[in-house]
Amino acid sequence: MRRTVGALLRKELLVELRTLESVPGMSLFAVTTFVVFHFALHRNSVDGDLAAGILWVTLLFAAILGINRLFVADADQGGFDAFLLAPVERSALLFAKAITLLAYLVVLELIAVPAFGLLLLGPSLGHALPGLIGVLALGDLGVAAIGTLVAALTVRTRARDLLGPLLALPLLVPVVIGGARASSPLLALGHTGAPAARWLLTLGLYDLVFGLIAYALFDFLLED
Amino acid sequence: MYGRGLRALSISTVAVMALALALVFFWAPLEAEQGFLQKIFYVHVPLAIVSLCGFVAGGLLAIQHLRTRDPRWDMRSYVAIHMSLIFGVATLITGSIWAKGSWGHWWVWDEPTLVSFLIVFLLYATYQPLRFAIEDPERQSRYASVFAITAGAFVPLNFIAVRASTAYVHPRVLGATSNLPWQMSLTFLVSLTAMTLLFVTMCKYELTAKHTRAQLRALRRLADRRSGTASPAPRSGRSAAPSVHATAMTAPPGQGPKAR
Repeated sequence: MRRTVGALLRKELLVELRTLESVPGMSLFAVTTFVVFHFALHRNSVDGDLAAGILWVTLLFAAILGINRLFVADADQGGFDAFLLAPVERSALLFAKAITLLAYLVVLELIAVPAFGLLLLGPSLGHALPGLIGVLALGDLGVAAIGTLVAALTVRTRARDLLGPLLALPLLVPVVIGGARASSPLLALGHTGAPAARWLLTLGLYDLVFGLIAYALFDFLLED
Repeated sequence: MYGRGLRALSISTVAVMALALALVFFWAPLEAEQGFLQKIFYVHVPLAIVSLCGFVAGGLLAIQHLRTRDPRWDMRSYVAIHMSLIFGVATLITGSIWAKGSWGHWWVWDEPTLVSFLIVFLLYATYQPLRFAIEDPERQSRYASVFAITAGAFVPLNFIAVRASTAYVHPRVLGATSNLPWQMSLTFLVSLTAMTLLFVTMCKYELTAKHTRAQLRALRRLADRRSGTASPAPRSGRSAAPSVHATAMTAPPGQGPKAR
């Protein structure tokens, strides 16, 4: 199992490194969205609730770009068939894809969060960073689990570009609630305190439940 | 076989519904603050509860479908979710009316139950487009079941997240029924029963109708073949609804029609 996941993961990352299809697009999208927010809100700097909301909405939409592309090569170029021919466990593909998506999100945040600090955030990023990393990591786990499931569910449908975001957005609302509320005190002027435990708990519960659900249901998406 | 008990069920639904409405309008006391407006509580809240339970039931039926691969479970799951969507629209409309009446706005964001209901509704609104976008019927039902299970688990989780995020203003019903005068709780319970019966009856009607139509189509094809006329080409239009296949008629009882 571990070897299979490793091999698949190596393949995914190699393909991404050679084609550069997802991560640069996601990062560029995030930075452009910050610029759009600057003009749309007519604000030079934001803090608190507003900052947390902008950060999470931008990251969510950028993540959806990656989710939409996650299985496209496998569906269009016979990757699914090749994988099904191999005598390996099917959940290996879920783990490999989820880790791939997680890696995309981490790279996206490595670019988007400093850009956010530079372009829009009023208070300094340095104080918020340790807490923010924890909150983002919890959120990313949930996005990776549900994103992989939704991507596999919609990739072989007509109108998959439309259905993916339509399904993913409502499913990810709890992540936005938990993530934005948890990071809002971190991004407030004067850095007022740590995130409330219940938001971290909400995120953790979400990660756990949907991680298990994705694991339980993924096999059924790969039968033909 | 689908129509069995339908008449008794319909009659009891109408009877309990009439009893519930009579209790609501002629017997339950007027609420001190909201007056007559509060009567919508006996419609709105049962609608919401029944529709949420219907969504979750759709998920449970979908689990059964994935375990047994019997398309009849998929049909039941589809019907439950379809009906819950209709009840969901009614919930949102009655909720809006109530909000306008008691708070002065058609939509209130700091009311967790209404907001989380909207999110759940938006998620389930993609159920039929998802089905419609998959052409192969077997894969359509399998993917729809995966969706139904995921969304069914999402319902309670979403309520936890949204409720935690908002100040609490909604008149909580479950768990606080003891605060209501007993006439109100009794009326509410009768309304809830009536709404549940309505849901079950409507589901049964839809199942029966779908099954009857499939049987009729099969019989017609059979008659055409007997009389020697060329049978019309099978319907090529795709549908979001799971198809009941004509083989259902000839399959021995207890063994479900196979989708392929």
